[in-house]
Amino acid sequence: MRWDFASVLAHGDALLVGAAGTLRIFALSLVLGLGLGLVVGLGRHARRRWLYLPATAFVEFFRNTPVLVQIIWFYFALPMLLPFAISPLAAATLGIALNSAAFSAEIYRGGIQSIDRGQWDGASALGMSWAQAMRRIILPQAIKRMLPALTNRAIEIFKMSTLASAIAYVELLHQGKLIASLYFNPIETYTTVAVLFFVILWPLVQMSYRLERRLKRNE
Amino acid sequence: MTILRAVGLGKRFGDLAVINGVDLAVAKGERIAIIGASGSGKSTLLRCLNFMEVPDTGTIELDGRAIGVDKGGRRVYREFELTQVRQRVGMVFQQFNLFPHMTAAENVMEGPRTVRGHDKQAARERALGELARVGLTDKADTYPAHLSGGQRQRVAIARALAMDPEMLLFDEPTSALDPELVGEVLNVIRALAEEGTTMLLVTHELGFAYHVATRVIFLAEGRILEQGTPDQILKFPKEARTRAFIESHRQFTF
Amino acid sequence: MYSWDFTPVVANADLLAVGLINTLRVTGAALVFGVALGLVLALSRLSRRRLAAWPAGFVIEVFRTTPPLVQLFWFFFALPLVIGIEMTPYMAAVTTFSIQSAAFFAEVFRAGIESVERGQWDAARAIGMNHAQALRRVILPQAVKRMIPAFMERAIELMKTTTLVATISYADLLFAANEVSQKTFRPLETYTVVALVYFAVIFLASLLARRVEFAMARSGEGTLR
Repeated sequence: MRWDFASVLAHGDALLVGAAGTLRIFALSLVLGLGLGLVVGLGRHARRRWLYLPATAFVEFFRNTPVLVQIIWFYFALPMLLPFAISPLAAATLGIALNSAAFSAEIYRGGIQSIDRGQWDGASALGMSWAQAMRRIILPQAIKRMLPALTNRAIEIFKMSTLASAIAYVELLHQGKLIASLYFNPIETYTTVAVLFFVILWPLVQMSYRLERRLKRNE
Repeated sequence: MTILRAVGLGKRFGDLAVINGVDLAVAKGERIAIIGASGSGKSTLLRCLNFMEVPDTGTIELDGRAIGVDKGGRRVYREFELTQVRQRVGMVFQQFNLFPHMTAAENVMEGPRTVRGHDKQAARERALGELARVGLTDKADTYPAHLSGGQRQRVAIARALAMDPEMLLFDEPTSALDPELVGEVLNVIRALAEEGTTMLLVTHELGFAYHVATRVIFLAEGRILEQGTPDQILKFPKEARTRAFIESHRQFTF
Repeated sequence: MYSWDFTPVVANADLLAVGLINTLRVTGAALVFGVALGLVLALSRLSRRRLAAWPAGFVIEVFRTTPPLVQLFWFFFALPLVIGIEMTPYMAAVTTFSIQSAAFFAEVFRAGIESVERGQWDAARAIGMNHAQALRRVILPQAVKRMIPAFMERAIELMKTTTLVATISYADLLFAANEVSQKTFRPLETYTVVALVYFAVIFLASLLARRVEFAMARSGEGTLR
C-alpha cells in the first residue's frame, strides 16, 4: 500500500482556503442563528398569541426539516421567485442559520423559564420594566445555564458547514474532494480532512463537557 | 394625609374570588398590620396595592390620582404607569428574591442605577448608606449565597429603601426565616416604624404587630372583617372569627 | 409573477415515493445497527478493562467530533481502497450512520445506566449476582425505560442526517428530488413538495416521541434529557 500524504500536504494552501471558507460560514451562521434564536426564543416565551404562534411555527418547521434540504431549497428553488441568484454562501448560511435559530430558540426559552419566578417579582417590585428586568436580572442568570447547550449548538454549526460543499461552496471538505479527485488518494485526503476537523473541534467539545459538569455541580 | 386609597378592590383567580370588595385608606405615617388565616387573601391584597397583581374590580388612588383609565366600564392599566407606581411603593418579599448574581451593595444599587438612572458612584454611596441603616455595612461586597436568611432579608429591605418609596409593603417578611434570625429583621422594621415610615405589614408575628402597628386589619375570605387599634383587634376582638384566629396563634402568654 | 405548476411533480410522484422508501430503509437500518452498536460501545466504555474502554472511547469521540459528511465520504471513497471491498452507496451510508448514531446512542445508554441508583447494584450483588447478571436483570430494565425519550430524539436526528446520502448518489428522497427537478425544470415546486414531505414525516415522528414522553411522565417515570 502506497500512502501518498505528500500530495495532500503539498496543497496545504488549498486546504487553508477551504478552512477560511469553513470559518466564514461558521461565523455568519453562528451570529445569525444564535441572534435570531434569541428573538424567536423570547417569542416562544411570550404569552401573547400573535407572538407565540409564529415563533412556535418557525421552531417546529426548522427543527423538523433536514438542513441539507433547506440549503438545496434556498439555492435551487428560491431563485425562481427572485430576480437575482443566491450565492452558495448565502444559501448555506440561510439553511444553517435558520436551523440553528430554531434549536437555540428552545435553549433560550428553557433557560429563561428556569429562572425562579421570584426574580421577576424582585425586579418588578423595584419598578423595572420588562426589558430592564430581562437585561439586568433574568438573562445574566439564564446565560450561565444555557452555556453548555449553546456551546453544543456552536459545535453542530461547525460540523454543518460541510453541507455547503454539496452546492460547491469552497470550504474544507470541498477542497478535500478536489484534491482527492485530482490525485486519486481519497484515504489520505479524507483522513487529513477528518483530522483537521477533529483537531479544531476537540477543544470546543472538551470545554462543553467541562461547562456541563460545572453546571451539574452548581445545581 | 392619605397616601393610598383603594375602593371596592376585587381579584379572582379562576372561579375563586380571593379579594371580595376591600376598601382601604392609608395615611402618611400609618403602620398597618394585616392578619388572617392562610387563603384569606392577605398576600393578594398586598400585591394588588403595588400592582404586582392587577385588580379585576375597584380603583386604587396614589396621592389622589387614580391609577389606570376607565374603558367601557372596566379599568385598563398601562404597564408603563404600573412601573411608575412600583417605584413609589416598595415591597419586601417572604422569599427575599435577592439577585444572586449581584453582591449586597449591587442589589441595593440596582434600583437607583437601572430604574432611576443614577450614576454608579452616587448609587453606591446611597447603597452603602442604606446597608448601614440595616446594619450590614461589612457585607456590602458579599454575595447573597454567603449571607444568612436574616441578612438577606435586611439587604432586601435596604434594596426597597434605596428607591425612596412613599410606602413599604412587607409580605410575611419573617415567615421564611429560622426562629433565631427573625429578631434581627423585626428590629430593622421596628426602627423604620419609629422613623415614621408608612408601611403595610402582612405577618403572623402578632406580638410584633401589637407593639409596632397603629392599625390592625383582620382579613377573612377576601373581606375586611374587623379593623381597629392593636388593642381593639388583638386584645379585645369583637367578631367570633377574629377571636378564634387570635386564640389559635397564642403560643405563650407572658 | 411566477406561475406555480405542481403537475409535473405529481406526475413524477412515483419516483419521489421510491426515494422516500429508500430514505426510510437507510434510516431504519442505521437505527437498528446504531442502537445495538451503541449498547456495545457504552458497555465497553463503562468497563474497567482498558482494552475495552479505550477503543470504545476513541470511536465515540472521533465520531462525535467530526462532521457526518466527512465520515460518509471516508467510508464511501476511502474505505474500499483500504479493505479492498466495493462499497455501494447503501452500504457506505448504513455503515457510516450506524457508527455515527451509535456514538450518540452510547452516551444515552451511559447516562441511563448511571442514573440508576447505586443501591440497586448493591442489592443485586448482595443476593450473589455477578456484574453481567446485575446489568441484565436489574439495571438495564430500569435504565431503558428512562432512556426512551432521549432515544426517540436521537432517532429523529438520524432521520435528518441520512439526507446526506444524496451526496454520494444514493437514490433517497433528496436525490430523487434532484432528478425530478432537473427533469421537469420545476425546482421550486419539486423541492418545496419534498421539503414538506420531510417535514410531515419528521414532525409526525417528533409528535409521537412527545406523546411517549408525556405518557411516561404521567406514569411517574423519571426521564433523561
